[in-house]
Amino acid sequence: MKHEFIEKNVGLLAIFIIIAISFGGLAQITPLIFQKETNEPVDTLRPYTALEMEGRDIYIREGCHVCHSQMIRPFRAETERYGHYSMAGEHVWEHPFLWGSKRTGPDLARVGGRYSDAWHEVHLLNPRDVVPQSNMPGFPWLATNLLTGEDTAAKLSIFKDHFSVPYTEDDIAGAKAAVEGKTEMQALIAYLQSLGHAFK
Amino acid sequence: MSIFWTIWISAITLTVIIGCAVLLRAANKNNTGVKEGDPMPHTFDGIQELNNPLPKWWVGLFWFTIVIALIYSFAFPSYTANWNGLLGWSSSEQSVKSKEESAKAAATSHSQYQREMNEAEIKYGEVFKKLVYTDADVYKDIELIAQDPEAVKVGQRLFLQNCAQCHGSDARGGKGFPNLTDNDWLYGGEALTIKETLMHGRNGVMVAWKDILGEDGVKEVATYVLQLSGRRVNDLDAQAGKERFVVCAACHGADGTGGQAFGAPNLTDKVWLYGGSRKAVEDTIRNGRNGVMPAWGEVLGEDKVHLISAFVYSLSNK
Repeated sequence: MKHEFIEKNVGLLAIFIIIAISFGGLAQITPLIFQKETNEPVDTLRPYTALEMEGRDIYIREGCHVCHSQMIRPFRAETERYGHYSMAGEHVWEHPFLWGSKRTGPDLARVGGRYSDAWHEVHLLNPRDVVPQSNMPGFPWLATNLLTGEDTAAKLSIFKDHFSVPYTEDDIAGAKAAVEGKTEMQALIAYLQSLGHAFK
Repeated sequence: MSIFWTIWISAITLTVIIGCAVLLRAANKNNTGVKEGDPMPHTFDGIQELNNPLPKWWVGLFWFTIVIALIYSFAFPSYTANWNGLLGWSSSEQSVKSKEESAKAAATSHSQYQREMNEAEIKYGEVFKKLVYTDADVYKDIELIAQDPEAVKVGQRLFLQNCAQCHGSDARGGKGFPNLTDNDWLYGGEALTIKETLMHGRNGVMVAWKDILGEDGVKEVATYVLQLSGRRVNDLDAQAGKERFVVCAACHGADGTGGQAFGAPNLTDKVWLYGGSRKAVEDTIRNGRNGVMPAWGEVLGEDKVHLISAFVYSLSNK
């Protein structure tokens, strides 16, 4: 092919650029998809309960991941504050993952168990009641919104069938009953308290 | 990582690097049939292009990046997960499956993270140790550490980082979160009890009494409880509440002075964890309370907990 032909044909130029760039992705990203460390759960990882799964969806709905990361990097400055650095094997059942990319608030990868349920409730209603300098918004509607549990079983099934998360038939059958009538607040707190459980 | 992926990565990476070199060599030759510096046989919008060679500095820089890419890819882990490159570099231990394995691996690890931790240990470890340990390598008494302003300062830092979210930066607590400065203790204010609380957490449960006492009962007991702390109330109601108080006495004691074994508050003082208004007291009796102190032993490690205990102890033992 003549050089002049490529140079004068913008469409072709774009295609060649895409091919050239894709080499990087092919060498860097594809092997990770098949790597053992990124696919096998760590020893004590357990799937989210039905209530935690609903809480996770509320976490996504309210955009918590926009201001909170869930990724502790292997630097002393981070591990001193947040605990053991995050492992790939802790996130193999996360679809989508919620690592985030910005920390307006602190990292939440290991927030589970750090505060009591009561603290979380006060804090989610109005963060300034417990952390005066906080600029996090309050989420008062979580306390009054009730879960119907209509889609909970379907959610667990999707994770079981498509992402091979080891839910049992009993988990799925009991999913609706486990969340029905609970508040969104309870679900979100259950989810937050479960974060980081595998490396406690 | 299987041999397939090693070949995959190596093939793509080396092909791209060598391909760049071949392309650069080809682009650096004059293939146009036009003498260097002469006009090319085309114009763009009336602008004539001259057949000038690629700038030398630019070509040199390109060659430099190719050489650096090759050196870098062999110095650092690139082609396979089984080999960390000539420098043996790794960021952290990513193949461990539990916290225990991680701790074990850390002892021999040369990862960048572990080196940073080891350097910090050399720099700060001794200083920190002196605050908490005696020369004989056992924990100093918490009462003793509380006298050491240096140690208390470090303890305060740790407190602000980890405890202030609930107990406040001045340690005066809030509704549902105990004030640590008033020398009024749910579980006891002895140094080792404080440490026990921090290490393993507490779970204080007051059950809901509304079904057992009924609405009238709740109101009467609340009246009696308010009288216990010196409030002026309706004597008749208080007397009725006192009779019902026997069920409360199991935890709070017959005289209402509380029981530190259960973390049951003293009801005869004027310290209220959930508020001392009639409404708050009635709410507490009606719906119960659940005061949870998380366990910090696993999160912070005993050394830091020991130091924070000393800070907390110092707040009410000046």
